Amino acid sequence: MTDLISLNSVTIGYDRKIVLRDVDLTVNRGEIITIVGPNGSGKTSMMRALIGALVPTTGSVSRSKSLSVGYVPQKLNIDYSFPITVRRFLSVPKRVKVEQISEAAALVGIHDILDQQIATLSGGQFQRALLARAIIDSPDLLLLDEPTQGLDQNGAARFYQLIAELKAELDCAIVLVSHDLHVVMSASDRVICLNGHICCEGTPSVVSSAPEYRALFGTGTQGALALYQHQHDHVHDETCSHDH
Amino acid sequence: MFAEFMIRAFLSGLGVAILTGVLGCFVIWRRMVYFGDALSHAAILGVVGAIALHVSAYFGVIALALILSVLLFTLTSRIQGADVILGVFAQTGLALGLIGASIWGRGLSIEAILFGDILAVGWHDIIFIWIGVAVILGIILWRWSNWITATLGDDLAASVGVNAKHESFYLAALLAIVVGLALKIVGALLITALLIIPAATARRFTSTPETMAVLSVGFGSAASAIGLWAAYVFDWPAGPSMVATAAVFFGISQWRSAV
Repeated sequence: MTDLISLNSVTIGYDRKIVLRDVDLTVNRGEIITIVGPNGSGKTSMMRALIGALVPTTGSVSRSKSLSVGYVPQKLNIDYSFPITVRRFLSVPKRVKVEQISEAAALVGIHDILDQQIATLSGGQFQRALLARAIIDSPDLLLLDEPTQGLDQNGAARFYQLIAELKAELDCAIVLVSHDLHVVMSASDRVICLNGHICCEGTPSVVSSAPEYRALFGTGTQGALALYQHQHDHVHDETCSHDH
Repeated sequence: MFAEFMIRAFLSGLGVAILTGVLGCFVIWRRMVYFGDALSHAAILGVVGAIALHVSAYFGVIALALILSVLLFTLTSRIQGADVILGVFAQTGLALGLIGASIWGRGLSIEAILFGDILAVGWHDIIFIWIGVAVILGIILWRWSNWITATLGDDLAASVGVNAKHESFYLAALLAIVVGLALKIVGALLITALLIIPAATARRFTSTPETMAVLSVGFGSAASAIGLWAAYVFDWPAGPSMVATAAVFFGISQWRSAV
């Protein structure tokens, strides 16, 4: 596997308050990484360091040469005063070919809403439009920030299925940030549990049984987790390290 | 046939309408209405300063507006919002401008600064404005894609290598220059109207940022031409007639969409 991007001993602070301490992370081609953690655990800061929106206070971010990133933000700044159709939105930041638009639209299932205004989309349509824009240039790395916020359980499950299909189609790495652990974990190769630092990390089953994870999320998610866990019930030898 | 001063008025009004039409879209999308307002109020200090220093009023206003944009971006913090900083500068600029006018402004018409004096523009003004149109439109086309991206969100912009903070600053600086160019034509109190009314009218009929910008220029140009014609025929003040015409277009567009 090749490294796409890595965080090297990254510490991030605002106004002398440290939100993320000494994080190491390497993203390899073709893997799905889920970052989970409670509010204020540094998930968003970590994502912003990955997309290059902030420079770490200490440590560094290294990217492979000509890394192309597709980013699905939590939300956009736009309201109804900004006219933009889904079709036009797919050409942000640069014009793409008509074939690329129809291909991406078919992949995520938005061909019927291409001429609708972004501001009028439902939550699920909006997320898929964001996803289509992110994948339209076949990125090496797809970054998703809380992509299922505002979706109901079914919608979220469908969205994660779609992401797993896309990964097979595009052969890209995926990093997604979520607080919604029970649905997402099954499709992930690695789960990173964050709470100001990396608490524990490993396959979904390793993390979900780790005491650090249970301390953060409780055991209440176990039942829901079983729903999708069957894909990953084979044995991994990773162990969950913990360093407070 | 129209007198020559009317031809000059049409040409300068058209140039200003083109610039305010395009930039007005960004003013609406990025909620910068108050920024435009503050720039134009503080611009009075620029006019007075230019008189004191014996330089062109355009340079005075543009320099002051640029200083204001720089100050805004350096002083805005989480503690003091942009609206507070803008309010402080706008009113301070106005107050200092009025004091300065009492010292240096012998023969200076405050009314002309507030409401513009399009019928008094000379050919050198028109040359200046149209050079401004060419240069500023060029810059807008060059930055367009980045500005649309930055308007959608800072993090989205960062993910494609666009620094939204820098782009916002370029946009604000350009807006400052346009306010400086337009001050003599429509006056400090009415510039904001030419920025927002044509763009808001165009929003009703458009589905992409590009069509909105083009239509906004169309509405702005039509309002400026018809407004000037009305001013000529009925002997109304020119700047206010242009703004009132733009407002009529806006009213019709609202009525059309309500039906």
